Amino acid sequence: MTMKKKKKSYFFRLGKDMRKNPILYLMILPVVAYYIIFHYVPMYGIQIAFKDFIPKLGFSGSPWVGFDHFTRFFSGYNFRNLLLNTIGISVYGLLAGFPIPILFALLLNYLPGKWFRKSVQMVSYAPNFISTVVMCGIITIFLTPDTGIVSQLIKSFGGSSVSFLSVPEYFKSIYVWTGVWQGMGFGSIIYISALSGVDYQIHEAAIIDGATKFQRITHIDIPSIAPTMIVLLILSLGSIMGVGFEKVYLLQNPLNMSASDVISTYVYRVGLIDSDYSYSTAIGLFNSVINAILLVTVNSIAKKFSSTSLW
Amino acid sequence: MAKGSLKSGKIHQSWHDTVFDIINITIMVILFVLFVWPLLFVFSASFSDPNAVWNGKMWGIPVGFNVECYKTILRYKNIWVGYRNTIVYTVLGTVINLIMTICAAYPLSRKDFVPRNFLMGMFVFTMYFGGGLIPTYLVVQKLGMLDTLWAMVIPGAVSIYNVIVTRTYFQSNIPESLQEVAELDGANSAQFLIYIVLPLSAPIIAVMALYYGVGHWNSYFSALIYLQDMKKYPLQMFLRDILIQNEVDLNMFGLDTAQAEAKQRLAQTIKYGVIIVASVPVLCIYPFVQKYFVKGVMIGAIKG
Repeated sequence: MTMKKKKKSYFFRLGKDMRKNPILYLMILPVVAYYIIFHYVPMYGIQIAFKDFIPKLGFSGSPWVGFDHFTRFFSGYNFRNLLLNTIGISVYGLLAGFPIPILFALLLNYLPGKWFRKSVQMVSYAPNFISTVVMCGIITIFLTPDTGIVSQLIKSFGGSSVSFLSVPEYFKSIYVWTGVWQGMGFGSIIYISALSGVDYQIHEAAIIDGATKFQRITHIDIPSIAPTMIVLLILSLGSIMGVGFEKVYLLQNPLNMSASDVISTYVYRVGLIDSDYSYSTAIGLFNSVINAILLVTVNSIAKKFSSTSLW
Repeated sequence: MAKGSLKSGKIHQSWHDTVFDIINITIMVILFVLFVWPLLFVFSASFSDPNAVWNGKMWGIPVGFNVECYKTILRYKNIWVGYRNTIVYTVLGTVINLIMTICAAYPLSRKDFVPRNFLMGMFVFTMYFGGGLIPTYLVVQKLGMLDTLWAMVIPGAVSIYNVIVTRTYFQSNIPESLQEVAELDGANSAQFLIYIVLPLSAPIIAVMALYYGVGHWNSYFSALIYLQDMKKYPLQMFLRDILIQNEVDLNMFGLDTAQAEAKQRLAQTIKYGVIIVASVPVLCIYPFVQKYFVKGVMIGAIKG
């Protein structure tokens, strides 16, 4: 009964507000329409993962096939490889890409010389603005065997030239460390701002007590930025299955494919190159369901052990 | 970073801290070089003698000043077609993004807007779950947007992250009492937004324009998926052909060098030149707008 009353009053208030402030509703209408058309209609379209999509019949008219596409994917020859590459690249990327911006911010905070600190900060943000295509172009040119600068360097130290992008074993490291180069400066901003919020009196008290800079980092700075760290960790753990398509796709070549083929590039190849719409949708769905489960799980663990969580 | 107090601590600095400082400065100098050197190398290589670059005689300072590659790039029509398309997509896309973001953020920032929690939930949910590549592609196809300008600007018309940042800014910078006063004076919501909220929100609008603008400039994924017609390709698609797929057809550049190797050498220098040409707009504005990007991250961080 009370539920019903509450519900009624919500719609009553909504109607009243609509008459009072129609402009607000008119403003947000295109945004709502955008979300429905470009986000919720595609979600409705996910049903083709369980169907054999026939363009003429549309999302709802195509015939059901149950879990056929999923079985095909799980029993496919490359399933294991795709899964391992996807998780491998993400976990490696997380192990390097998560702590490095934190360490960078902590060290930067104690760097003597304001001018030097500002310069390091400024150049560290620059790579973030390079487009993925240009980034991968630079990687490809620098790593070209014989004439690339990396090979020239190796040769000048007496080594022999290596075709880095053709060796599957190197792929993950190239991907991850160039990503660290590009993202660490920008990723550190959030920690730098958290660190600047630490009350300096705590530091002064610690200095008087004879704490070294290292002790101040471990006892004052790290505990202060821990909530920020946890939130960002949850977000990155939640996207472990979501290796970005663009960079992997651009660095991929037939020789490194065994290490570089990930779920997102496979979804693209199967879906848009081979036009196998239903199969591709099924793989994409598998990927986003795992992601959603991971996010919810990690978030509830974080909630349990600390007071910080996303929701 | 209370600088003065840090310095006063230095007077009684223990040897621990001295070691710490030395290690810290060393790491930062190395990082500084690691950040600057690759960019400097690309820049210098584009101005160097192709033979010196090819033979590894150029390590960062241009060898034998040479603008041959830029002259060649000037004659390469595709680059300029791409440039024009990218400018159109960036300007139109950013305008649409800004209008949509403000239209979403302003009502959501008002405490008296009844459906704010429901709509916020509806928008935020899409951050964590979506239809995926193919269903989205099919919707765009059904709407007849494939291979048109609209496919480049409409499917990504709003980013929920930016809406949240803008909403937070409105909430913390526009006092509620201001709205009450405006209402007493008989202003409606639209007038309040246009004459009071927006002029007070110039910094956040600048930040959003930069975020969206750089995003459009650098984007290539939508073009890869939605565009077939080369005449509509943005710059990044042509860059991909030249840089990654190694399609530097010197005949297309209007050159016919006889020797194969000389061709290859010039092709390599052209790649460096193309990178510079494509990045010049972003590189030119970067030093001036850098602090706004930083501001954007900081406003985003306090959303809680």
